[in-house]
Amino acid sequence: MTAFINELRLMFSLDSMVYALVCGILISLCAALLGVCLVLKRYSMIGDGLSHVAFASLAIGSAMSIAPMALTVPTVGLSAFGLLRLNEKGKMKGDALTAIISTGALAIGTVAASLSPGANIDLNGYMFGSILALSESDLIWSIALAAIVIPIYCLVYNRIFSVTFDPSFAKATGVKVRLYDTVLALLSAVTIVIGMRFMGTLLISALIVFPPMTAMRLMKSFKGVVILSALLPVLGFTVGLIGSYFLSTPAGASVVCVELIMFIIASVISWIKKLKKPAKT
Amino acid sequence: MTAIECKDLWLSYGSASVIEGLSFSLENGKCLCIAGENGTGKSTLIKALLGLKDASRGEIVFFNGEKKHGIGYLPQRSDAQSDFPASVWEVVLSGKLTSGKRFPFYTKKDKEEAMAKLELLDILRLKDKSFAELSGGQQQRVLLARALCAATQLILLDEPVAGLDPTATSEFYKIIHRLKDEGITVIMVSHDIHCALAVADKLLILRNDGYSYTDAKPHEHDHEGGCKI
Repeated sequence: MTAFINELRLMFSLDSMVYALVCGILISLCAALLGVCLVLKRYSMIGDGLSHVAFASLAIGSAMSIAPMALTVPTVGLSAFGLLRLNEKGKMKGDALTAIISTGALAIGTVAASLSPGANIDLNGYMFGSILALSESDLIWSIALAAIVIPIYCLVYNRIFSVTFDPSFAKATGVKVRLYDTVLALLSAVTIVIGMRFMGTLLISALIVFPPMTAMRLMKSFKGVVILSALLPVLGFTVGLIGSYFLSTPAGASVVCVELIMFIIASVISWIKKLKKPAKT
Repeated sequence: MTAIECKDLWLSYGSASVIEGLSFSLENGKCLCIAGENGTGKSTLIKALLGLKDASRGEIVFFNGEKKHGIGYLPQRSDAQSDFPASVWEVVLSGKLTSGKRFPFYTKKDKEEAMAKLELLDILRLKDKSFAELSGGQQQRVLLARALCAATQLILLDEPVAGLDPTATSEFYKIIHRLKDEGITVIMVSHDIHCALAVADKLLILRNDGYSYTDAKPHEHDHEGGCKI
């Protein structure tokens, strides 16, 4: 046990591990809170589409030597808003549209990466993330994001419920539905852009989808789902990161594996509960 | 006072117009029943009245042009929310979020009023139940309670009695009478026109080739809230 604690001490004496832990917990917390709305609005795959758009604009940005954040955040924000709007109008199937944007952006990004002169772009790092890529500026970005998302979420919590549960009713009673959709799109965009640095393009949407889905197995009220969704990724990320250090596995994938295990456990619990229920009545 | 005045209203989806040149006005505290076959634009008209759909021509004026707030709405039943994690209490309370509200949280008064609506609709015992696990009729009552929470001036009901059993239906019409006594204007879409006429003051029948707007026939009134078919 003491050996384990010593190892842990050694692990967190590394700056990169401390950055990874703080960034990871804050970003996965934000992703889970936003994820509750996205999953319930049936935009689960939006995270996947957006991370691919982010990959494309990062690759184009580095090919043209533009600061990555300056190009990526607005592009992803606009795509997020566009996807939410188009889905709402229902002119094209939302899931098909997300797939088109997702694969299209992936193709553009790969082409741009291979065309970029001289620079050897680490495709593997983009796809699966790397915790070593995190720097102090990422830390500042994640703290800033969490400082925006968490207070806003608490303040407009009741309206978020109304807008997510029944947008028509919310709009009819005078809640500004479009404003909330825009804010949701923008915050999701920033969360994905920061998160994909360590989770990778292919895995970042797991942070959005897993916690709400796990929480929904166990909780029946919106409040319960939101609170549990916020707690699960804190546990999931810490366990995943420590596990990846000891097993020398990629951090992003390890975190997702832990979240998957939690989802399976929650599903089994809810299944057992359902089996027990009819026996009582 | 006039609660609603529709002036030469045209509503369309793309190039297909659904409602053409509709004009009517409704006094405050009266009940309007909208009837008509499928596809004549009843739900579209409700959407326009709620401000969810823009008119392609003409306008709708509320309360002689005052800013409207305090509109309750009971949507047609859909399965969209069938797996949404929400307790009955959360759903009903969300009716209290009207446009006039600045404070981000529910006040004690909001909670008391929501509680009163639960009692009125006899669903107090369902308060902490999961909305998704209720039966269709129970969900309908919960959504009606939410609409009542929001309605201080006007309430719009899209097929309110669909899915209610006969007892609940007659209870429902009693509630409509109470709302009218409180001075709240009621607009409802109903297929069950005979029952609806028991509470309606005005009748708007939409057809594919026009509309008729008349007084509801007085001899069909039944103030017990009962239903004569």
